[in-house]
Amino acid sequence: MTSSASALASVLAAEGSGGDDGFQAPTVEEFYPEPIAEFDLLGIAFEITRITLILWIATAVMIALMVAAVRKPSIVPGKLQFIGESGYSLIRDGMARDVIGPKGLPFAPFLASLFFFILANNAMSIIPFAQISPMSKFAFPLVLAVIVWVLYNWVGIREQGAGRYFKDAAIPPGVPVGALILVTPIELLQVFVIRPFTLAVRLFANMFAGHMLLAVFALGTVYLLNVGNFSIIFAPFSFLMALAMTFFELLVIVLQAYVFTVLTATYLNGAVEPAH
Amino acid sequence: MNILAAESSNPLLPPVGEIVVGTITFAILCFVMIKYVVPRFEQVFVARREAIEGGIERAEAMQAEAKASLEQYRAQLAEARGEAAQIRDAARAEGQQILEELRAQAQEESARIVARGEEQLAAQRQQIVHELRGQIGTLAVDLAGRVVGESLADDARRSGIVDRFLAELDGMATSGDGRGATVAESNR
Repeated sequence: MTSSASALASVLAAEGSGGDDGFQAPTVEEFYPEPIAEFDLLGIAFEITRITLILWIATAVMIALMVAAVRKPSIVPGKLQFIGESGYSLIRDGMARDVIGPKGLPFAPFLASLFFFILANNAMSIIPFAQISPMSKFAFPLVLAVIVWVLYNWVGIREQGAGRYFKDAAIPPGVPVGALILVTPIELLQVFVIRPFTLAVRLFANMFAGHMLLAVFALGTVYLLNVGNFSIIFAPFSFLMALAMTFFELLVIVLQAYVFTVLTATYLNGAVEPAH
Repeated sequence: MNILAAESSNPLLPPVGEIVVGTITFAILCFVMIKYVVPRFEQVFVARREAIEGGIERAEAMQAEAKASLEQYRAQLAEARGEAAQIRDAARAEGQQILEELRAQAQEESARIVARGEEQLAAQRQQIVHELRGQIGTLAVDLAGRVVGESLADDARRSGIVDRFLAELDGMATSGDGRGATVAESNR
C-alpha cells in the first residue's frame, strides 16, 4: 500500500467510525489545561496552570511598562512615556472627567488600572505562545465585575446616603406609580444583579469565543495540511481566516477593555450623581 | 481525565482558587498604578501645564517690559528732542545777543575812534592855526615892513594890526573859500 492510499483509508475510516481520528474541533477543554502545580491553602484548592502564568506575565509586563513609562518623567515625554500618558489621558479625560463628571477624577487611577489590566490580559489571546486570554476564564472578569459592583454601590451609598440610593434604585423618579409594579423589580435586578453579571459575561464571552474561533481555524489549517489528500488546497483558506480572525481579535481586545471601563464609569456616574 | 474535567467544565462556575489569584493579581496592579504610576502622570501633567502657563506668563512679562522700555525710550527721545530744541533756541538767542553786543561795541568803538579822530583833528587844526597865526603874523609883519619900508617896531601897534588882520582872515575863512585871495586883496 502506498502512503496516499493509507491516508485515504484513514480518512474513510474516520468518516466511518464517527470522528475519533478525524478533525478534532477545540472544546471547552482548551480552557482547562493541565495544572503545573496544585496546592491547598486555608482550605482553598489552588491550581497553577499555564493560563495562571499568562495572567501573571501579562500583568507583570503591564506593570513594568507603566513603571518604565514614568520612571523618569519629563515635561517633554519620551516614546514610552508618551504612549503611557496617552493611554492614561484617554481614561482620565475621556472617562473619569467626561463620563463621571466633575467628581470623577478621583476614580481615574482605578479606571486606568482596570483598563490596562484587561488590555494586557486580553492581548495575550493573540500573543504567540500564549494565545489564550486569562479573561476567557470566567473567574477573572468576575473578580473585576464584583470589584466594580462593590465600588459603585459603596460610592452611591456614600455620596447619596443609603436611603436615597436604594430608594432611587428601586423607584426611579418620574415613573408613573402604576408602572412601578414592573419597573421596580426590573430596576433592582438590573442595578444589583444584571449589571455586574453582564459586565463579567460580556468580557468573558468575547475572549472565550475569540479564542475558540482562532483555535478552530488554526487547528483546521494544521489538520487540512496533515490529512494528506486534496484537502490541502483548502488549508490556505483556513489560514487566511485565522489571520483575519486575529485582526478581528485585536479589535475585540481593545474594544472590550474600553467597553468594560466605560461601563464602569457610567455606573459610577449614576452612583455619584443622584438620579434625575 | 475526561470525567474529572467535565466536573469543573462549566465555564460560568469558576473555582475559588482562581478567583483569589485573579483578585490578588489585579490588586497588585491596582496598587502600583494608584500609588506610583498615576501620581507621576498627574505630576507630569501639572508640571507641563505650569511650564506652558509659566512660559506664557514669562512671555507676557517680557512683552510688558519691552513695551515699558519702548515707552521710556520714546519719552527720553522726546525729552531729548525738546531739550535740543531748547538748547538750540537758547543758543540762537545768545548768538543774537552776542551779535547785538558786538554790534553795539563796534559802534561804540567806531564812535569813539571817530570822536578821537575828530578831537585830534581839532587839536591839530588848533595847533596848526596857532602856529600859522604866529608865522603868518611874523611873515606878514616882515613883509609889510619891507614893503612899506618903515620899522614897525612899536609892539602895540604891531600887535593891533596883526590881530585885526587875523580877525579879518577868520571872518573870511568862515564865510567861504577864496580866503587867500581876499586876504591878499585886503592886504594889498
